[in-house]
Amino acid sequence: MILNALLIALREIRRNLMRSFLTVIGIVIGVAAVVTMVTLGRGATAAVRDQISKIGSNMLIVRPGQDWWGSGTLFTAADLDAIELQIPGIEAVAPMINSSATAVFQEKSRSFSIQGSNADYFRMANWELALGRFFTEEEVSNVAAVGVIGETVRKELYGADVDPVGTRLRVGSTSIEVIGVTVAKGLGGRGEDLDDNIIMPHTSVLRRLTGSKEGRGISQVRVSAIDGYPTSKIVADIAALLRERRNLARNEDNDFNVFDSQELAEVVSSSTRVMTSLLAAVAGVSLLVGGIGIMNIMLVSVTERTREIGIRMAIGARARDVLLQFLVEAVTLSCIGGLAGILLAWLICGPLAEAIGAPFLFTPGINVLAFLFSAAIGILFGYMPARRAARLDPIDALRHE
Amino acid sequence: MTDPGPLIALRGITKTYGQGENAFTALKGVDLDIARGEFVAVMGPSGSGKSTMMNILGCLDSPTSGSYRYRGIEIVGLDMDQRARIRRHSLGFIFQGFNLLARTSALENVEVPLLYRGYPRAERHSLARQALAEVGLESKERNTPAELSGGQQQRVAIARAIVTRPDTLFADEPTGNLDSSTSAEIMRLLAKLNTEQGITILMVTHEDDIAAHARRVIRVRDGLIASDETRSAANP
Repeated sequence: MILNALLIALREIRRNLMRSFLTVIGIVIGVAAVVTMVTLGRGATAAVRDQISKIGSNMLIVRPGQDWWGSGTLFTAADLDAIELQIPGIEAVAPMINSSATAVFQEKSRSFSIQGSNADYFRMANWELALGRFFTEEEVSNVAAVGVIGETVRKELYGADVDPVGTRLRVGSTSIEVIGVTVAKGLGGRGEDLDDNIIMPHTSVLRRLTGSKEGRGISQVRVSAIDGYPTSKIVADIAALLRERRNLARNEDNDFNVFDSQELAEVVSSSTRVMTSLLAAVAGVSLLVGGIGIMNIMLVSVTERTREIGIRMAIGARARDVLLQFLVEAVTLSCIGGLAGILLAWLICGPLAEAIGAPFLFTPGINVLAFLFSAAIGILFGYMPARRAARLDPIDALRHE
Repeated sequence: MTDPGPLIALRGITKTYGQGENAFTALKGVDLDIARGEFVAVMGPSGSGKSTMMNILGCLDSPTSGSYRYRGIEIVGLDMDQRARIRRHSLGFIFQGFNLLARTSALENVEVPLLYRGYPRAERHSLARQALAEVGLESKERNTPAELSGGQQQRVAIARAIVTRPDTLFADEPTGNLDSSTSAEIMRLLAKLNTEQGITILMVTHEDDIAAHARRVIRVRDGLIASDETRSAANP
């Protein structure tokens, strides 16, 4: 019987193709919007998480200047030691000296970014080795002329599959031994190449490349917190310590800032979550409006087809056959709308994901949910018109013009 | 035939619309027997109660009081679904306005009653084709009502009514919208179904020459049967 009702419904939909199309458009847009929003939202959240894990989690970054983009007095090696020794809850501390220099190998040369740090830095910044080894704490104290190069450096100066470990590389005015190659990280959050770097002991960079006035020159201090220790507490402690060390008066603002990657991750993922649910709510409203559209057109259809209902009842349809027919018609309409909406979402998710730079993560759950929701809307909004049709008196319905 | 009684037996049927002062009694105690295989014309001015009587006979409406036995089964007191079951198993209907489903082919229109009886697709097709052939429309099965003449539409309606092989065919002014020569054709078709297939036919008409095709003519007036004549043979 359901199969027959489905047959009649499909015939009816085909007969009023234009009207059916206009009726389901609300559902199509609603479903497409819900599926697109949730899919893109998940993609964006995943992308942000991915980038934060490239920075390293549980990570605080102390920088000079009042805000992230500001500049100010750089930190000294003594500042670094003070943080490491005096702040509780710290697992490791790594300095960062950012510079750039031209590197030359045989007849190839190019300018690369030079990063100076200590042995803990590799683990804190999630670097992994493709070849060779990292430098050691001893090499840092000994101001060793060694360096670990990024994948881009290898490709540019040596060639993609060449093992550069053990070769000597000219960097600026000094010469270093290449001791390792890092696994490629790809592009960073702003599309910058994370692999065109040469990582050297910070002592070597200061002594051999940049030369430092009064030992300053550390442009960033990375601090990793012990798991579970509140990073906000460490942020406050570091701020207090540095204010003292930098002789800031009580009424002066910090001339440095502490960035908390944990906090950023939470802010970003919670704001994506809020955005996603907001947009999904808007999409849900449009689904509701689509459902009302279906109810409206079904009511019109029942009135319009009163005579037909009378005929069907006279030639043997029971009230429940009529109820089923109109209910199935409404559900068929809304399901067709749901499927079309999902297809539309798939079509627009790809280009849209590319445009906002997030991956297109196919999530089956939301597709199934959206489809079931559209079917439920058909039942919900189709029931009232269908019941009206089923309750018609055959004699009155036959007399209806 | 195991049932010797009449196909249709009305006893003291009344029908009152409305209540209190506004009450209107359309039928005032009708007694009527119709035997299997009869061809009956029901006549009467509008407001006489003949439509009410036909609706009750066709199990579309139930009387206020009285007894209606169809093939010995008491119809009074059945609910809408039970009456729908009687309609779908034993009764066929044709109407003045043909009442075909618009934008639906002749074949599909004839198939509708079979759809409600749950016949499989192949059987629906073959039974509907056969019924269309019986009314002489085998070549028009793909045409929609808009592509058919009035006479052809009424033939499709007749095919739809007989496709389920009903005992009784209710015809409500079947020629009311047709010209006289087409009317005569339709009447010949109905008479053929009556004699060849033994289908009992109850037909409402205003016109004496249409009623003349029937062997028995019942006239209804003021909610009662005013006259009931049976001729030995129809004289078209």
